[in-house]
Amino acid sequence: MATTETATPALEGPSKTPRHQNGRWSGYRRLLWARMLELKREPEVIFWVFVFPLLLAFGLGIAFRNKPANSTSIAVVAGPGATNTLAMLQSSASHSQFQVTVLDRDAALHGFRFGKFDLVIEPREDGSYTFDYDPARPESVLSRAETDSALQTAAGRKDPVVTTSQASSEPGSRYIDFLIPGLLGMNLMNSGMWGIGFALVEMRQRKLLKRFVATPMRRTDFLFALASSRLVLMVIEVGLLLGFGVLVFHMPVAGSILSVIFLGTLGAISFGGIGLLTASRAQKIESVSGLINLVMMPMWIFSGVFFSYEHFPAISHPFIRALPLTALNDALRATILEGASLASQSGRLLVLALWGGISFVLALRWFRWT
Amino acid sequence: MALPVECIDLRKTYDGKVEAVRGLSLQIEAGECFGLLGPNGAGKTTTIEILEGLLAPTSGQVRLFGRNWTENPRQLREWIGISLQETRLSEKLTVCETIELFASFYLEPRSSADVLEELQLTEKADSWVGKLSGGQKQRLAVATALVGNPRILFLDEPTTGLDPQSRRQLWEIVRRFQTNGGTVLLTTHYMDEAERLCDRLAIVDHGQIIAEGTAADLIDRLGGHHVVEFEVAGGADVDGVERWRSLPSVEGVREESSAICLNVREPHLTIPALLDAVKRHGHRLEHLSTRQASLEDVFVRLTGRHLRED
Repeated sequence: MATTETATPALEGPSKTPRHQNGRWSGYRRLLWARMLELKREPEVIFWVFVFPLLLAFGLGIAFRNKPANSTSIAVVAGPGATNTLAMLQSSASHSQFQVTVLDRDAALHGFRFGKFDLVIEPREDGSYTFDYDPARPESVLSRAETDSALQTAAGRKDPVVTTSQASSEPGSRYIDFLIPGLLGMNLMNSGMWGIGFALVEMRQRKLLKRFVATPMRRTDFLFALASSRLVLMVIEVGLLLGFGVLVFHMPVAGSILSVIFLGTLGAISFGGIGLLTASRAQKIESVSGLINLVMMPMWIFSGVFFSYEHFPAISHPFIRALPLTALNDALRATILEGASLASQSGRLLVLALWGGISFVLALRWFRWT
Repeated sequence: MALPVECIDLRKTYDGKVEAVRGLSLQIEAGECFGLLGPNGAGKTTTIEILEGLLAPTSGQVRLFGRNWTENPRQLREWIGISLQETRLSEKLTVCETIELFASFYLEPRSSADVLEELQLTEKADSWVGKLSGGQKQRLAVATALVGNPRILFLDEPTTGLDPQSRRQLWEIVRRFQTNGGTVLLTTHYMDEAERLCDRLAIVDHGQIIAEGTAADLIDRLGGHHVVEFEVAGGADVDGVERWRSLPSVEGVREESSAICLNVREPHLTIPALLDAVKRHGHRLEHLSTRQASLEDVFVRLTGRHLRED
């Protein structure tokens, strides 16, 4: 810098305090600190990022909790044979799983249609039985088979082969165990897209980005700080949801916590990159909101958050697995539930890295600061 | 010594058709407060944002302190302080946190406490930005510009929408910065602001400078020293407003609704002649006043329009 320039005004100005020199990373540190303060002071962020996933996990965990011993709800049509039918079901070895109600025919069929009963038994005068069941409802089909078997045994059938059954509803294979890693993945996607994408467009709309780039602030510092704030939140998100699963639903964590944190980091960075790309040019928060939903919608549906994507036709599986959220969910499930090593999941990690990396490069090319 | 601001034949065309700036050149001396005065849409903001390095000109050259934006962007960013026309700073940060955030971007910032005190924001240091009044927000915006200890301050419409007291406070801040050796470039569409604050100013219209000089000089050259405003009634209006041009010492005539405005060099020569003429034509004088000419008169004289058409 030339020394012949005009003296900087404040040298003779009102600031008499000794001059403070800022280091290389002072901007980054302040940006990160400011971002964390803002997030902490935004009640909506606390709710959507931390409370909402817990509520969702809790609600779904309760709704789909394993029912006691596969109980099946049966209506017996009132009549001469009803008492005998009840006695026969009671005498069955598996009587505890039958919840039997005696009703007149109309009430029984009405209850059946509304899903209150899985099966309606109508005893005939000649000692035979008619089952009313719905072949499209698995629990109805199941109930018919169980009831039939119980009645036949009670009537004196001898089974030629001895079988024993073992219940397998141990922690690790229940719906809640499937759900929590999926919610974790979805949460990382949501907060990556909104926390990076939406936040950036909002700052652009407020002309804050423009104001920042009018200072000597390094643009990379700004983006790093934003990404760092996401990583801090990610650790809290992962910790809360996993801790909740372990404490409330006794979910086992087979893999190492470090692997889970690594996956969380990769997921957060990947969705941060996609969020950055989504936000690279939009000028209004309305338009970026639409874009974010458009990007996330397919993954909500296909990536196996609430139910397995195996339900979709096999031909679609390669495409579904190429989605970043599918890769993240599969990797989280394999690590948390089965203890799979990261090395065994290189394909999924690659999918995540590619989505994040390509988005990031494109975003930097197109990004508008003003 | 290199000028703080020098630009030559600046042009900016948006989308290949809208010409926001059309060949604008200016030079600002060190320690000067320079104003760009013009109506909304005249190209002031485009010009100042090109000078600030936030927009690239379509053609033309910009030099700040002898350097250009393509070769020395970081150095120049350290030297300038800006306040954009509209920035909504983070509402959930406190005043002090905001200043310290901006301070952290500069190599050698001023102390935040000093800046807050200078801008009378010390009391509000721990308030959230969202809770500040309009005037306080604007002072904070200027504080974020001053904390980097700039050599030149760019202020885009710094007092638009502020109450009179807040405006005066901001003028004080600008003057103090100037007293300490700083250079200021501001845009405004308030003539009084330009007249009181700026050492020199350029009147901008349709992306070009149409007049440049000190306020007094512009008024002197283009406005006439005084304005005589009067209304007449009755009598035959034979040759419209033009007949008043022949009165002694009149430099310009225009009609404004029902009144006639004369730009006059020496009112003591014009007024007796005006009274005679009114009597001779059988008119009745309904109203007569004289005032010092202002920049508004200069602008109207140059463009036929008022600065603020509202």
